Amino acid sequence: MKQHNIQIDDNGKLRHFLTTEGLKRQLLADILDHAENFVTVGNRSIKKIPLLRGSTIANLFFEPSTRTRTTFELAAKRLSADVLNININTSATTKGESLLDMLRNLEAMHCDMFVVRHAQSGAAHFIARHVAPHIRVINAGDGSHAHPTQAMLDMFTIRRHKGKFADLRVAIVGDILHSRVARSQIHALTTLGVHEVRVIGPETLLPREVQNLGVHVHHDLRAGLADVDVIIMLRLQRERMTGALIPSEREYFELYGLTAEKLAFARPDAIVMHPGPINRGVEIDSEVADGPQSVILEQVSNGIAIRMAVMSIIMGNRFGNDREET
Amino acid sequence: MKLHIHGGRIIDPASGTDQTADLCIEGERIISLGEPPADFAPDQQIDASGRVVCPGLVDLQARLREPGQEHKGTVASETAAAAAGGITTLCCPPDTNPVTDTPAVANLIQELARSSGNVQVLPIGALTPGLAGERISEMVVLSQAGCIAFSNADRPIVNTEVLRRAMEYAASHDLTVLLRPQDPWLAANGCAHEGAVSTRLGLPGIPAFAETIEVTRLLTLIGQTGARTHLGPLSTARAIQMIGRAQFDGLPVSASITAHHLHLSEIDISDFNSQCYLRPPLRSQRDQDGLRHGLARGVIGAICSDHQPQDLDAKLAPFGETEPGASALETLLPLSLRLVEQGVMALPEVIATLSWHPAQILGIPVGTLSPGTIANICIFDPDQYWTVGPETLTSHGQNSPVTGWELKGRVTHTLLAGRLVHQPGACRIYS
Repeated sequence: MKQHNIQIDDNGKLRHFLTTEGLKRQLLADILDHAENFVTVGNRSIKKIPLLRGSTIANLFFEPSTRTRTTFELAAKRLSADVLNININTSATTKGESLLDMLRNLEAMHCDMFVVRHAQSGAAHFIARHVAPHIRVINAGDGSHAHPTQAMLDMFTIRRHKGKFADLRVAIVGDILHSRVARSQIHALTTLGVHEVRVIGPETLLPREVQNLGVHVHHDLRAGLADVDVIIMLRLQRERMTGALIPSEREYFELYGLTAEKLAFARPDAIVMHPGPINRGVEIDSEVADGPQSVILEQVSNGIAIRMAVMSIIMGNRFGNDREET
Repeated sequence: MKLHIHGGRIIDPASGTDQTADLCIEGERIISLGEPPADFAPDQQIDASGRVVCPGLVDLQARLREPGQEHKGTVASETAAAAAGGITTLCCPPDTNPVTDTPAVANLIQELARSSGNVQVLPIGALTPGLAGERISEMVVLSQAGCIAFSNADRPIVNTEVLRRAMEYAASHDLTVLLRPQDPWLAANGCAHEGAVSTRLGLPGIPAFAETIEVTRLLTLIGQTGARTHLGPLSTARAIQMIGRAQFDGLPVSASITAHHLHLSEIDISDFNSQCYLRPPLRSQRDQDGLRHGLARGVIGAICSDHQPQDLDAKLAPFGETEPGASALETLLPLSLRLVEQGVMALPEVIATLSWHPAQILGIPVGTLSPGTIANICIFDPDQYWTVGPETLTSHGQNSPVTGWELKGRVTHTLLAGRLVHQPGACRIYS
């Protein structure tokens, strides 16, 4: 049983991108630096560069998603890769054997990279552990575990606005318990060395012993927002209402909805972020979502650059290995 | 058939024996412990020098998968594994398919076991028909058909009135009740100990108090009904404390744990290792310490295997979609022996938790080497190292969480009623 970090190859370079946890700061910084180069590609009249020409990338989405899949697809196409979109009805593949069978089939079609979204935590790890050695895996969200490219595009957005990470106070607000985005953000923020990470929400939406991830816990939004530089609002999924986790949307908005009045507790130059899709009037007021401090739409366009960066780094590392082997 | 086992270190917890001596067997029974009778002329000799000779192990809970899930294991394959693990008596829970809630199923299991001839199999009857938790089952009829105790397996009995009546009924007929405490709502959808590791991995958690809340309810009912009740396998330190207190107060309650929970903890799932997906879940280091402490103090009477063989596919999926449980018959003894090296318990005490004490919990005359008793015997080499893996396991289930571990202590001979059912080089007796 190998205990090494499955994300890293023998040369210490990124092999798969499954989680932001356990990666060196320099590696995360490299992804951000790479993404800077790709930001402008979208503004050109010809939005393609030939980095991944001839490579085939399969988007395996076991869970419905429009935005994440679209940005991955766009990123792959701008890198000139061939893209295969496969939406799998999870109810049809609840058995691991068919999941593995399907991977074997895609391997037989000579895919080079799988971009995986799955409702089960650990699904991307499982796939990375079982694919043929030449295939690379990017986690596009697994259960409540990780969504590393979303976290990195958030880091990218933060760095573009704030420059350095060291002095920042960052607050993450809402349903931390079920959020893969929050977990990946927390690991990325602590690795990049921000001054303080806070999580804000009622105890019912916070995972047990969340302090062990290196964050400070607040139950009161106003106190939690005091002097922060970055506010990350999380999406509240409607099914949380049925599980006795919160009493009503109205009360949730009253306590944890971000309004202009509550935003005023943060630093005046604080930025407001949200991984989308937004529930206006539940977790965030439209006035704030569309206001001058909001960078929500910018996050979306940065998402393409980050995904181009991750794909090109990983495939570049692979080509590098191939060259050494031959 | 007369058998002479000589030169071994004989450990018989029932009589407090721990000495180098001889053991003589005639037919099905042990006839002497110590010097052989003057006129004893054995047909066969076993040289046990350098080995430990102890009662055959008694396993309170092992799933054989038959009837119903023969692709995971059969009575023949799993009892062969039990014999290879030094086990001579095992109890199988009623969550077979069909459920063990009729004499027919109980008889079938025993008949299959008899024809395999590897170990004594004692079915556990369903406490409620279909394990549905709605009515009480025909416990007396089932017990006449060979059911040793009654349990609802992993299915909850939500209706406290049904549980109360089931326990009252069992008590009035002097039957033993086996229950695994877990609150079904607090554990719903959970697949890992709720704590730092489940938080990191984003896995739905089962809080420790899902166990202790149910222990509270059960202890209250044991006090009310007087039903002789066994709780296990348990996973939390707090539950052990509560049971220790109840035992002090005189309640007829005993407890067991699995060998895996003594050596593994929540940390072991941190790589999404589905082999470590167990039920109850592997808990914190503090809980593991509590279990070890409870064992050393005698609050926990027995270590069981909680053997659950799985087919390969059952463990080949993202963590939450895999099936829980471990193949454990053959690692029960060596994992328990680690407690001796780790200074938790002395060797005779470990042997007692694997044989004499579980026999006492079930109220059956096995787990001892006293002359006159049935010759169920385990002989093992305490110094032999072996590596757990597909080459060394007899069970159909290769799903051991300790695959790749080098364990110390290997069974060399197992005798069931005076008959050798496992001996050196005799791996995979079935097939």
